[in-house]
Amino acid sequence: MTTRADAIVAQGLRKRYRDRYALDGFDLRVPQGTVCGLLGPNGAGKTTSVRILSTLLRLDEGRAEVAGFDVTRQPDQVRYRIGLVGQHPALDEALSGRQNLVLFGRLFHLGRRRARQRAVELLERFGLADAAEQPVSTYSGGMRRRLDLAAGMILAPAVLFLDEPTTGLDPRGRNEVWESVRELVRTGTTVLLTTQQLDEADQLADRISVVEAGRVIAEGTPDDLKTRLGGDRIEVVVAAPTDLAAAVAQIRRAADDEPTVDVDRRMVSVRVGHQAGALVDVLRALDAVNVPVADVALRRPTLDDVFLHLTGHRAATVEVAA
Amino acid sequence: MSAVTMPAPPVDLTPGRPALLADSGTLIWRGLARWRRDPGPLIASLGFNILIVLMFAYLFGGALQVPGGGSYREFLMPGMFVMTMVFGISLTTIAVAEDLERGVTDRLRSMPVSPLAPLAARAVADMLFALVTLGVLLLTGLAIGWRTHGGIGATLAAVGLILLLRFALIWVGIFLGLVARGQTAVVAVQTLEFPLGFLSNAFVAPSTMPAWLGAVAAWNPLSATVGATRELFGNPGWGGDSWAAQHYPLLAVLWPLVLVAVFLPLSVARYRRLAG
Repeated sequence: MTTRADAIVAQGLRKRYRDRYALDGFDLRVPQGTVCGLLGPNGAGKTTSVRILSTLLRLDEGRAEVAGFDVTRQPDQVRYRIGLVGQHPALDEALSGRQNLVLFGRLFHLGRRRARQRAVELLERFGLADAAEQPVSTYSGGMRRRLDLAAGMILAPAVLFLDEPTTGLDPRGRNEVWESVRELVRTGTTVLLTTQQLDEADQLADRISVVEAGRVIAEGTPDDLKTRLGGDRIEVVVAAPTDLAAAVAQIRRAADDEPTVDVDRRMVSVRVGHQAGALVDVLRALDAVNVPVADVALRRPTLDDVFLHLTGHRAATVEVAA
Repeated sequence: MSAVTMPAPPVDLTPGRPALLADSGTLIWRGLARWRRDPGPLIASLGFNILIVLMFAYLFGGALQVPGGGSYREFLMPGMFVMTMVFGISLTTIAVAEDLERGVTDRLRSMPVSPLAPLAARAVADMLFALVTLGVLLLTGLAIGWRTHGGIGATLAAVGLILLLRFALIWVGIFLGLVARGQTAVVAVQTLEFPLGFLSNAFVAPSTMPAWLGAVAAWNPLSATVGATRELFGNPGWGGDSWAAQHYPLLAVLWPLVLVAVFLPLSVARYRRLAG
């Protein structure tokens, strides 16, 4: 791959609301044709950054360029090159799906005829052709999101902003939207995606920027971020509680690290870095002292772990689920 | 790059430039298309206005004293015309607030749309509905025995003054829609329509109210339009000694202009301030 230009550049963005900085030194670079996931809890500054980059909000300090144009000085140039899909579908509920796309196509100044053609094309592509003439108020959540995505894609924008695009969708609707996003990425669109759902970032993003208190506190591929936690863990559940002490001793020696013990679940877990043979070593060591194993697992750290590790607290959605 | 190359988009996506008139035109089309798809609120609004006229004409008719002993319904209708211009304002406020809440306004602001177009289109679309409303009300009035005794010029001038007031109130409605967030605000606007309408000379002579209330009623912009149109239609009215009551035609022009001069720039400023 040759080096690609950055489709999004943000340097030192600051935005203040009354006495609080929503963004406080926010830096971001997103290379063309990639998907960047902005991951963080509510109030971390994800939406504020998207609103600034999509020209909806003025920045107080810093510099931002999208698709090669400065968001403050050339907002209309930026607006012709971006698509924005917010947390809730921004559609006219009374109009049909087709009418919505024609409306937005005409507001992108395609003219009546081309706006109509483009609407038909997008309805087809997003699997909405059958519902084209129905009012949006009759659409399912997933259909609305797809129409919203289609509306964001009218000019085949260079950069697409997706602000928590699957909020409030059931798993099926979520998959529909994810599929559409992957499809767009294949056509070369750069995507900036914000999410509180760690698996969503993992599923869609090439690189993830973890946002906390208005700035990016960590950046890397999903795998990079997981690796920073020190690699994989082995979790061993012994059959009898009386074996726990022996198991800990063996596992400590085999894995060369201090295990943690969960007495209630009879589980010993230990960090093993990236040694492929660690699992076998541990099992052999336990077998050698006749400790029966009820269950064993090699676990890669999840992004939940990453978040906890980086911020010292769990992401909001995780807390709710726990 | 994958082996399969994407076919070039068949539709030429080279866009034109933002233009206030074209963008407003598109958004007016949107307003009209909406109404065609979902005419319920408009029909409800028209029905409500007709119902109010019939209520006042047939239920309260006997209770109201007509100044100079003229026709009660001729006295009634100019007040009704103006009242219905007030009652439509919540529709404007709802439409503006809904676009904000649903994110449609943000979508438009993230697009190369002329920044004045959404507000201008709202004003024009709602004026078109005001024309329909007033047309229906004029017919309702004629049906229950109201007549104009002015010439064609005076009658048209009266209609023009009523629509001018509506135009001014639309900008008040737009501003309230931009400021107010959520349902409570809309309910507040709807609730205020009644006292605003009644605290005027539409049904009761300001001279019979407590002095301070009478002064408020006499200076109410609605009173100016009601008073002026009664004169132009040649319908019975209260008269009155206050300066305001002596100069209703002048005030019926000035008041709406003042309201527009205040609320149009306020609305535009507020819209621009959405960018923080």
